[in-house]
Amino acid sequence: MKKCIVTVLGKDTVGIVAKVCAYLAENEINILDISQTIIQGYFNMMVITDVTNLKKDFTVLSDEMEKLGEEIGVSIRCQREEIFEKMHRL
Amino acid sequence: MINMYEVSETNKMIEHENLDVRTITLGISLLDCIDSDLNKLNSKIYEKITKTAKDLVSVGQDIEKEFGIPIVNKRISVTPIALVGAAACRTAEDFVTVAKTLDRAAETVGVNFIGGYSALVSKSMTKSDENLIRSIPQALAETERICSSVNVGSTKTGINMDAVRLCGEIVKASAEATKERDSLGCAKLVIFCNAPDDNPFMAGAFLGVTEGDAVINVGVSGPGVVKKALEKVRGKGFEELCEMIKKTAFKVTRVGQLVAGEASQRLGIPFGIVDLSLAPTPAVGDSVAEILEEIGLERVGAPGTTAALAMLNDQVKKGGVMASSYVGGLSGAFIPVSEDQGMIDAVHAGSLTLEKLEAMTCVCSVGLDMIAIPGKTSAATISGIIADEMAIGMVNQKTTAVRLIPVIGKDVGDMAEFGGLLGYAPIMPVNEFGCDAFISRKGRIPAPIHSFKN
Repeated sequence: MKKCIVTVLGKDTVGIVAKVCAYLAENEINILDISQTIIQGYFNMMVITDVTNLKKDFTVLSDEMEKLGEEIGVSIRCQREEIFEKMHRL
Repeated sequence: MINMYEVSETNKMIEHENLDVRTITLGISLLDCIDSDLNKLNSKIYEKITKTAKDLVSVGQDIEKEFGIPIVNKRISVTPIALVGAAACRTAEDFVTVAKTLDRAAETVGVNFIGGYSALVSKSMTKSDENLIRSIPQALAETERICSSVNVGSTKTGINMDAVRLCGEIVKASAEATKERDSLGCAKLVIFCNAPDDNPFMAGAFLGVTEGDAVINVGVSGPGVVKKALEKVRGKGFEELCEMIKKTAFKVTRVGQLVAGEASQRLGIPFGIVDLSLAPTPAVGDSVAEILEEIGLERVGAPGTTAALAMLNDQVKKGGVMASSYVGGLSGAFIPVSEDQGMIDAVHAGSLTLEKLEAMTCVCSVGLDMIAIPGKTSAATISGIIADEMAIGMVNQKTTAVRLIPVIGKDVGDMAEFGGLLGYAPIMPVNEFGCDAFISRKGRIPAPIHSFKN
């Protein structure tokens, strides 16, 4: 399984989760885990996803998510899981 | 499974603490390009580099994007050109044509530096070595991307004082040849003792003859990450302090290992080593000096600096070693002056002197690095400084290096501007008593007694 971590940060507004999840669904990206909090009006979400069935190039996905973030007014990062796995797990 | 705290810790390091992979350096052996015909040699070199490194930059960019980690530089190191050019180059000018070929190849594949315009002369010089060394000022002045180095000593061979004398003159001549740009040429010239074969960092990178045909070496960085982590253990004992440095170095190095593995796999080129160095940049919050100040020094250069640096360097290695399957290169804390805002500030404040920096080089990786000195400094004095630094490396069985910039037309109190990652530096005073009679002695300093470990 190829996993990807999507992090969303920014000012809270209506529909952030909906828009991000809709994009993921369109691209056949399965959600494995979501955690989300609001701290002092700031939206903070982490989504662990399975990108095994992704048809696009990963860099395209990353660019499109960044663009989606700009449209919503939040910052969206899309990173392969290994960078976190390597850093925090032996 | 990875949790939110871990994800945000990693991303905070990247976004706010300047965590990056400083360089992916592709080492390319040019031994199979050797030819007695200069034109053929040049075309073979161009072809081999542009073929081997054609995907280096794009692969680096893909990895950056996929993992969300900046990879600041993609670079190339090659076999020391004094060896590669020996059969074809009869004069210093012949070697300059090779430098221009390397520069052109680097431009074609899109890398900002190519290292290996080098000679290894720790015991003695061949005619080819000497020609290459004599060509360095012109080569550096007439190219953009070439980095040059000369290994003039080792623990096993002693110090080649003829080469040290020549290198003093060459540093001076390189400064003269680029005097319109604050003697920038010297920022791309390193004089080594015990130079490693697998160093990915410029300006001293070259691919040693013990290496294979091509290899991926990665240099990590992260002084800002260590500084931030140490803020959490203010006032605590050395045990907590050291543990924190080790843990942080481990995390930083793991990123380097990941990137090295990915780059190696995608380029189909074997992975060599991760160089687990704390490499600063002139950016605020990316400084080794700031780490030392966080440890408890009012300013770098204050009493205690050498001890703090020794501890930092050792803990970085202890933390990093387990994080990578192969560690090599220079590995440790770098202390360049012009590339570290904290160092620059310490020089301004009158806390950091050339002599203190020399003491610091005894306990950290590399040596007197990116230090601007008055342009009037004589070649013999520069050779004297080089000899001192080489002696430290030879006796302590470590790599040491000198990258001094005698800034022509400038003196103590002035500022030299090199631009970009090379930064800027206040001109530091140099002891004005001479060492001419010492430097003019011919021959070499014998290897130290503890080198005979047979």
